[in-house]
Formats: sequence, structure tokens, C-alpha cells
Amino acid sequence: MAQPRVLVIGGGLAGLAATMRLAELGVGVDLVSLVPVKRSHSVCAQGGINSVNALTRQQGDNEWKHFDDTVYGGDFLQHQPPVKEMADWGPRIIDLMDRLGVPFNRTPEGFRDQRRFGGTLYKRTAFAGATTGQQLLYALDEQVRRYEVEGRVKKWEFWDFLEPVLDASGRCRGAVCQDLVSMKFKAFPADAVILASGGCGLVYGRSTMSMVCTGSAVSRAYQAGAAYGNGEFIQVHPTAIPGADKLRLMSESARGEGGRVWVPRTPQDPRDPRSIPEAERYYFLEERYPKYGNLVPRDIATREIFDICTTDGLSVEKDRLCVYLDLSHLPREMLDRKLGGILEIYEKFQGVDPRVVPMKIFPAVHYSMGGLWVDYERSATGGMEEGSIRNQQTSIPGLYAIGECDYQYHGANRLGANSLLSCIFSGLFVAPSVAGLATASRAGEETPRLFEASLRRQEERHEALLGRRGGQENPYALHQELGNLMTRVATVVRRNEQLAAAYDEVCVMEDRWRRCSLSDTGNWTNQNVVFTKSLGDMFPVAKLILKGALLRDECRGAHYKPAFAMPGIAATDPAGKRREAEAWCDRFEANTRKWLKSTIARHGADGHPQISFEDVDTSLIPPRPRLYGLVGADVIEEVWKERSRGAADDAPAATGAGRAVAAHV
Amino acid sequence: MIQLAEDSNVGGPGAADQGNGHSDTMAGRTIHVRVLRQDGPGGESYWERHAVPYEPNMNVISVLQRIAERARAEDGRQVAPVAWDCSCLEEVCGSCTMLVNGRTRMACSALVDRLLEEHPGEIELRPMSKFPVVRDLKVDRGRLFRALERVEAWVPVDGSYDHGPGPRISPEEQEDAYPLSTCMSCGCCLEACPQYTKIEVVQREGESAEEFERRRTAAYDRGFVGAHAISQAVLFNGHPTGRMIADERLQALTSAGGIQVCGNAQNCVAVCPKHIPLTRSIARAGRAATVWAIKRLFDR
Repeated sequence: MAQPRVLVIGGGLAGLAATMRLAELGVGVDLVSLVPVKRSHSVCAQGGINSVNALTRQQGDNEWKHFDDTVYGGDFLQHQPPVKEMADWGPRIIDLMDRLGVPFNRTPEGFRDQRRFGGTLYKRTAFAGATTGQQLLYALDEQVRRYEVEGRVKKWEFWDFLEPVLDASGRCRGAVCQDLVSMKFKAFPADAVILASGGCGLVYGRSTMSMVCTGSAVSRAYQAGAAYGNGEFIQVHPTAIPGADKLRLMSESARGEGGRVWVPRTPQDPRDPRSIPEAERYYFLEERYPKYGNLVPRDIATREIFDICTTDGLSVEKDRLCVYLDLSHLPREMLDRKLGGILEIYEKFQGVDPRVVPMKIFPAVHYSMGGLWVDYERSATGGMEEGSIRNQQTSIPGLYAIGECDYQYHGANRLGANSLLSCIFSGLFVAPSVAGLATASRAGEETPRLFEASLRRQEERHEALLGRRGGQENPYALHQELGNLMTRVATVVRRNEQLAAAYDEVCVMEDRWRRCSLSDTGNWTNQNVVFTKSLGDMFPVAKLILKGALLRDECRGAHYKPAFAMPGIAATDPAGKRREAEAWCDRFEANTRKWLKSTIARHGADGHPQISFEDVDTSLIPPRPRLYGLVGADVIEEVWKERSRGAADDAPAATGAGRAVAAHV
Repeated sequence: MIQLAEDSNVGGPGAADQGNGHSDTMAGRTIHVRVLRQDGPGGESYWERHAVPYEPNMNVISVLQRIAERARAEDGRQVAPVAWDCSCLEEVCGSCTMLVNGRTRMACSALVDRLLEEHPGEIELRPMSKFPVVRDLKVDRGRLFRALERVEAWVPVDGSYDHGPGPRISPEEQEDAYPLSTCMSCGCCLEACPQYTKIEVVQREGESAEEFERRRTAAYDRGFVGAHAISQAVLFNGHPTGRMIADERLQALTSAGGIQVCGNAQNCVAVCPKHIPLTRSIARAGRAATVWAIKRLFDR
């Protein structure tokens, strides 16, 4: 290929950021998306985007602390160099988006305003009302449109990625995609393919995710041989509005601006919530976590809300689990200015004004921390080496992954307002890596034949689906079954016997999928066949989530198994507390040695995921217990601090950059 | 360190929602839906009736999902699922615009309980009439995005490399710009506009994809740009960096299909699901265009 050309799959924040930077570097881009890119799921992000800023810096904050909050929030399950690099880039990324015209909220003096988000004590989050994701996406969409007019970018909207095309050496040479209107297939030769296809919420049926978040593109890459990391780490957002078609997100920013979560102390108190006196309200997050209050990380807030409803029986309603998220004490003008977008959603879909009446919310599946395994090259300063062709590369050379569909940045739990940052960062950062590759890549002579074979395979698969006998399995009903099962066993609370049984059930469902019949056998805008195909690709993802969850016998971030939970401190006398805390810390250390590892799934020839474990590079910040100032756990923090001090005194060479770095597969 | 005991999860028993309003009286009832279908571009359209069991808290999206699942018309005939666009289901992506009971709106925020209050017995769904039908309720809104190119709806930055922060902006300016920036390109304002008329260009026999696209773009560019694009031009002409190419946008707005086409019917602002002050944008753009035209006259 004379002109370097890159294929980007997905036009959300990550895909658009990569496309913009590549176009700027003079690389031609084909941008494939299931929907017009302006309609990508990034529009649903509400609360904001994190970065150290001028104000927090003067309060003692810096990039390192943002990095530290992110890995602590993620329970240390992410390689640290990429996270450090991302935190370092934060200020530049916000500045860039500001220049692109994102209408960030302003202070009276005209500076960007910030609010606090979960898992940090600093106000790091820049925001544009409560539709920050939409505003960031539009700014990038506009820049990419500009490059499109100049002829540097070609968009393929309403197109579906079907498979990466690999040469004999296993290198990715492009992909085959399908036009969702005409149903025609097309080969896209490319020097590199970048997947930026987002999360896999539809595996759970209803979630906060958009209908395009099927995970099918990632699943197709996985089935073609790409490794998948930490699949079992699925974020369940603490605050969503239940709905028949979707669970709509109620942003963490509602709490960042002073919203309080509570339940009546009397179970199912029938009074109007506004007439329940303060003393009879249980602000359980504030009472249990006085330091972070309502802004504990999402995994913790979700478990607490879940627990207060199920174990304590304090759900606001009897037949529908929910707690109050209360904004009614806050000034209306401020609410409209800073949270207008989400309040309108609540009002529109629930018919109640959340400025006046407390909202009723409950947790919902929201984000996938796991995703395609990607590589990185560590720099001398402990970050990522810019321009290295290894950065963001999957286990298939030439195939890259960025944004929510990679596993790289959020470990076992993502902090709110870090996803917009990781999406834009990974998109910008991958561009020079891929641009370098694009000029170096040479397609072999056999390549045209590879594309022909791939096209033929996809056409045959398509024809076979259309030709199935009628009246058998209904793909939509089967999808609901899968979603219900996954939601029941692989969200907040996980138990081995349920996971094992669910795995077998999913295998049976996958078999049943092979008998799905179509109600539309035409070849024009056939959404029925497209959905059925993507449903088929949900099973491999569901299986790797379940298998990863089954094998991981511990609690870490969003992955919680009661059978392996660390006990609390039961003793009341100082000596007893001390003894229990020592034992707790011993167990924590043993668990870290055993389980601080990423789950790596590879698609086996038999259709089952082959699981191995990868050591995590924690060379910059040593893992520590993740307690967030929980009341009653202070003695553990004390003991842990003493131990860390002791370790530092004993072996000064073992801290910082001198520590051995775990091997990176 | 909490211990969760209950054998349920987020989707477990009780997590499903309950309806407000009609749920008790409507239980066991059927919703009748009339859909205007069309198998492909240029084909004949036809009505088809569907019956869907009522569920609490339904919206038009969940009704269409049930129709897809059943794949049978009310008379029991097996039919292909109705095609339609949707994605976010919370009125922020702009995908699911259609005519619900004759009114242009987003299907996701069209709640069945309210629709049945307004119009008991039946829900009527039609595709937007100002855009070419692709199939059923799915239309081709490419012209809408082309209009954003016409008015250069972007900030013309030097590039994406670091140049420090953007310009200082007062809270008043931000509060002015933000509503305009929430435009999700849904097309409601265009559907409701009497001056915005349908342009459907069909690929000719033997015409290459590129030729067809060129011809179609030229046809679009002769048509009215529409309220959404005018409002975007106002948004970017108000931005300190964006206004550096304000003249180019005003040039576009005063060319064929520009702001002069607007007949001031004010339907656009009435149907905008995001309550964007479109008529204010049009008034502002009109004034700016006049000043610009006069200035150009004297500059000659």
C-alpha cells in the first residue's frame, strides 16, 4: 500500500480521538461504526472527566495522587505504567477539549469549574452540565468531520465489523465488514486495525449501556485469537433508574454536588420521604464511611446499597428494591445549572421532579473494566514509551484496542469520570504507535486471497443464518434469558455453585442459539439477522466472564464472593482488635501474593475459554488494603502502616524503581 | 467488608420496576399499534397492525422490541420485525426520531401510559416524512449531517497538540452556549419545518458510488440547511476561536438554501426535545447575516 491506511472500528470518544490524531499525522483513516458516530454510547457519559488542575494542585494534589487514587480505586489490578501515563496526560487532555470548544461549566471568574467524584478527596472533575460525555464526543466528532471534508477520513456509518483478517504469520492485515443497510460485505485492507468498540453491556440484557454495546466486535477479535483480560470485572453502578427497556444512569455527579443516599430507619416507612425527620433517616454511606461519605468508589457504594436492601431489609419499597438519592435540599438554580441533563431524564422517564422529591434508585450494570488484553512499553520514567508499536496492541500483531474495550486502565473497579479520560487518552496515545507501524507495514502477496477467503466465510455464515428453518428458537427471547441469568449470577454477589451452573446453562443457550430461526430472511436492512449474529457472539464473552469469576476465589473491587470475604474486626478490647488486625493483614498479604493477577482468557478450539494468569506490574505503588476509612477498620490501617514502615526500613532498595518488575506476557 | 447474605442480585426478584399510573387498570390489556411500513427506498408504504401485551412503564422502544420478538401482525400473519433506529434509549443520542401519533419525537421518551392517556386505544407510528425511508421507520438523515459541514460547525483549531487551555469564558457565555451544544441531530426541527422539504436522490443505473454521492451532496446543498445547522453556526460564531471563521459560516448561511428560506413558522422550537432556543438562534443568525451583507457591500 502506497498510502498508509488505518481502520478504526467504533466512533466513540476513543475511536474519534485516534481518528483525529491519525488524520493530523497524515494517515488515512477508514472509520467504521454501527451508528452515525455522533450517536455513539459515549454520549451517555454524564458526570465529567478527571484530571489534576490548578486548584487541586494548590491543595496538595498532583498527577501522582490521581494515579494513586486510580490504582487504589482499582484494587491494584492494573499495570501501573499506563495508568501513570494517563494521569500525567490528564491536564493536557482537558486543555485540548477546552480548546475544541467543549462548554465546560465556569467559575464566576471564567475558569473551568470542577466537582468531586467518587474515590478521591479532591475536586478533579471538569464537567459540562451533566452531559459531559455528549459534549466531549461532539467536540471530537466536529474535528473528525473537518478532516472528513478534507478527505483524510472516510466514515462507514451503519457498518458492522465481522472479523479481523490475519495473514499466515498471524498479523492483522485488515478486516471484513458488512453494510447494515444493503447487507453487502466489504474487505478493508489496512496497515493496522484499531478496535474502539466499547463495552459489552448487552450480555447482561438490560444495563445502562446503549443498544449498540453488544460486545460483538470484541468477541469476534477474541474468537480470532486475541487474548481477553479481566473479563469478570464488570462495574455495577450504584445509582440507576430501573426501566422496562433500559436501566438509565443517574450520574455520580448527583452525589458529587451534594446528593445524599438514605433509607428510612423504619422498613418501608409509608410516609412521604420529605416528611421523614432527619433522625429517622439512615444515611448509611455517610455513617459507615465518614471520610468519603456518599463518594466512596462505585463497587463499595453498590454493595452497601444492595446490602441495605437485601440483608437489612430497608429497601424503600417492598416489591421493588430501591433507596433514596436525595437532592431536594440543594438550591434549584445550582441543580439546573450543574445537573440539568440528568434531572430531566429522571423527570421525563419517572414523571417526578427530583428537585423536589428524593429519587428512587438501584444499582445497574454499567461498565466493563475488562476487555481485550493490550501491551505497552514501559518508559524510563515509569510511564509508557510514546510511539512504541507495542502500546495498546492486542495479542494479534497489527490489531489494537482502545477505550472501554481494552483491559488496561481500571483494574478491578473504575473510578467515576476516569473513563472519559482513558478513552481520549488511549485514542490519542495509540495514534503515533500505529502511524509508525503504518509506514513500516508491507502487505504480502497472499493478502488479496486472505480477504477473498474471509469474505466467502462471512457470506456463507450470513446465508446459513438466513436459510435456517423457521419456528425454532427466538433470538430476542434467548437474549433475555441470557441477560437475566448473567444479571442474577455475575453482578454484585457471586457464588461458585451459581457460577458453575450458569456456565453450563450458557453453553446450552449457545447450542440453542444454533437453532435460532429468523423472522426476516431478506437482504435489505435486516436488523433481525444482525442482532442474531451479535447474540451468537455474546456467548463467548459471557463464558469468559463466568469462568473468570468462577476461578477467582477472592474479593477484589467489583468482584465480590461472600465465601471469600475478609472478616471485619469483631473484638472490642484493644489487644483483641490488634490481634485480629494483625491476622487480617497477614491474610491480606497472602491473598495479594496469590490473587493479584490479571485473568487472561483465550478462546479455545473447543469453544471454552482457556484461562491463565498474568502478574501485575505494581512497581510504582505497592498494594495496600482498600478500606476508605471504614468505621471500625482503623486498627487495620494502623497495623498496615507500621508494617509498611518496617518494610521500608528493612529494605530501602526494595522501594520505588528498584523493585523487580513482574514479567509482562 | 460487608457480608451480603441474600441470594439475589441486581436483577433478582423485586428488582424489576413497577408502573405508575395505569399499571393496575391496564394489567392484562393489549396495546394496539399501527405502523406505517415500507420495505425499501422508493417502495409503496402500507399500514400494519400489531397487538402487544401491556406492561408497566413501557415506551415506544419496548413496544417495538416486543413487536420484533413476536414477529406476527395482529391478524396472526408472520411478518418481518419492523426496522427502526435506536441506541441510547435516554434521549441523548438522537437516533430514534419518528412520528408517534402524528407528532415528531424521540421514541424512547414516548411513554406508553401517556400516549394512551392522550389517545386511548391505539398508538400510531410513522417514519419521518422529510427524509428518504430506508426501511419502515428507519430513514436516511445524511442530509442533516451534511448541513453541519456546510456551516463548518467546528472550532478551527491548529491541531490536537498541547497549546495550553482554551480561552477564558464567562459563566454567562457558557450558559448561553451550552444549550445550543446539546443538539443531538435528531432532526425533529427539520421534520416540523414547513420550509424543509424532502430531497430523495436515487442512484442511477451504472452510476458509481462516488458519482452518486457527489450528485446527492449537490442536491442536499441546494436545499434548506435547517434550524439545527443555523443554531450550530450561531454556537460556533459565538466561540472566541470559532468566530475566527465567522464570515465563512455567514457566507454559507446567506447562500442558496440559507437562512432566508426560513419562513418563521417557529415549529422547530416547539418540537425540539432538548428545548434548544432555535428561534433565538435563527434571529441572531439573521441579524448577523444582514450586518455581514451590508458590510460586504461597503467593502467592495
